[in-house]
Amino acid sequence: MTERIQNSEKEVIVSTNNLYKHFNVSGGLLDQITFKNGKPSRKIEYVKALNGIDLTVQRGEVLCLVGESGCGKTTVGRTIMGLLSPSSGSITYRGKRIDNLSRRQILPYRQKMQMIFQNSYASLNPRKTVAATLLEPIRFHKPELSNNQHKEKVLEVMESVGVDAGWGARFPHEFSGGQRQRISIARALMVDPEFIVADEPISALDVSIQAQVLNLLSDAREQRGLTYLFITHDLSVVEHFGNRVAVMYLGKICELGATQQIFSTPQHPYTQALLSAIPKLGKVNYSHKKLKGEVPTAINLPSGCIFHNRCLHARDKCKSIVPELKETPSGVQIACHGVAENWF
Amino acid sequence: MVLLSVNNLEVTFPLRTGTVTAIRDVSFELNQGERLGIVGESGAGKSVSAFAILSLISKPGYMSAGQIYFDGICLSDLSESAMQQIRGNRISMIFQDPMMTLNPVLTIGTQMVETILAHSKTKRADARAIAVEKLRAVQIPSAETRLKQYPHELSGGMRQRVVIAIALLTDPQLIIADEPTTALDVTIQAEILELLLHLCNEFNVGLILITHDLGVVSQVTQRMLVMYAGRVIEQGKTSSIIENPKHPYTQGLIAALPEMTTSGEKLNQIPGVMPTLQDIPSGCPFHNRCKFVQQICRTTVPELKAHDSRSVACHFPLEST
Repeated sequence: MTERIQNSEKEVIVSTNNLYKHFNVSGGLLDQITFKNGKPSRKIEYVKALNGIDLTVQRGEVLCLVGESGCGKTTVGRTIMGLLSPSSGSITYRGKRIDNLSRRQILPYRQKMQMIFQNSYASLNPRKTVAATLLEPIRFHKPELSNNQHKEKVLEVMESVGVDAGWGARFPHEFSGGQRQRISIARALMVDPEFIVADEPISALDVSIQAQVLNLLSDAREQRGLTYLFITHDLSVVEHFGNRVAVMYLGKICELGATQQIFSTPQHPYTQALLSAIPKLGKVNYSHKKLKGEVPTAINLPSGCIFHNRCLHARDKCKSIVPELKETPSGVQIACHGVAENWF
Repeated sequence: MVLLSVNNLEVTFPLRTGTVTAIRDVSFELNQGERLGIVGESGAGKSVSAFAILSLISKPGYMSAGQIYFDGICLSDLSESAMQQIRGNRISMIFQDPMMTLNPVLTIGTQMVETILAHSKTKRADARAIAVEKLRAVQIPSAETRLKQYPHELSGGMRQRVVIAIALLTDPQLIIADEPTTALDVTIQAEILELLLHLCNEFNVGLILITHDLGVVSQVTQRMLVMYAGRVIEQGKTSSIIENPKHPYTQGLIAALPEMTTSGEKLNQIPGVMPTLQDIPSGCPFHNRCKFVQQICRTTVPELKAHDSRSVACHFPLEST
């Protein structure tokens, strides 16, 4: 298992290049117009969700994307999947650019890339039986197969994710959260994808069920050689499940590297604060690294380093110059002036 | 001194399809200034137990058995108007989602002053002063200006601080917090938990913390209850339960945490799901998921029995390791 990952380490499946996504939130024309000294002026506001994301996902790995709510994790996943179109920048799949393709041209890639959503209740059609939900993607993507072959595939996938064949005739509301998430996973696996974006797949589940679903995801990965982009805010899951981890803050990556290295020696001040905030079993003594202030809104981003107004080590340079994501000798990429120049 | 004592509490919901007993035989005590955690999966009966204490069980549900004593008063015998003297006054509650708890069309100040005036004969100006003082106690900067703001102008963490400040307004003896940090980010969660801990110590307030997060319980509480399918299955000192669980379910829950497995390996999972309240199996409610199941577990419900300074509801409690 680990050998296979090492052998194919350099094979990049998905990469994003300087990806930006800004959402226009200024509303209609009348909302945009304001009057100053009797003169009308037009104000257009953007939520700057992604601000230059460079990510590469290597074949066979689990790349975890972590950060607090509103940092743009989900936007990265949705943009890669083509559910949102980027404002600028590009996305490639096995070296081919996919963000500028037409609806028809992108179909073969849709088959290779699938997504699992957080809320399995909202993402399964309540009026379709489980079997109908599972049949839909394979009928659409592989119309050349016969009806019987489609049904055989459904049974095969259902069995592999531990879904009883008898469930096929039932509807989503008849299942518990964990069972529905199994069905969502089965749907993603129906068209034999290579790459899966899993957006908080276990956050809505109870602890004892989380372990079941995580084990199922790692089984599927081993059996089918899948690659995951795993989006989560649960850091203890990342430590267990991810090969590499990218820490995001306000639409930028602040630290990216091997999971073990980042968890044992976090270097970016934000990563340090984030990791020290995880409630750990048995550690009654409570001493997490506090941050100043609050997350700024993504409409008015701070100048320079986006983290500078909360950082305990910030100096004048941080207020004016944006730090680049640079690789340190330990192989971790960090966007911080302080780390690059050894301030602390 | 015992502040709250709950004896054999049972809550029943009569439904069209038959009656459902949400919790049964729930008993526990809480001392003055003590912090107690209630842990379990969704549907285990954590919130229902807390709501029963405040007689907030939504109709048609009702408390079908048991007694609740708070500071010597039997809460289950009180009239609704007498209960109002206690609820929100001597016992406060903090809910999960601060955006749902706060009224979106009233300023923070109005909501805080309203709470004080409802519970005591205070002058409006004095009530404002108390509100400012409590906002300072929960470490909200520039408290006076916050009074004029509306909930949507505050961040999630700030809103939850306001909710905690409102809970403190009447100087309660007990705060019941139902998943107070579940809707918050980890860094904010850490701050709110630290604040709760600090306030409980400073004002000598008792705390019942309801959560599904074992990490949170182990950091904040001194004692804990583990609930499963409407019953308390283990109860004792938090640190000793976490280190040395005696019920197979507690043990399974702790072992299932990702941090308990070396990375890259399979997580220890508990098979199956918690039964719904309509079809709780005979005997021990956990028997069909338990790896140590014996014949007696399928037929006889195990009672919560004292076992080395702790109570466990299991026919074959795990030995200390």
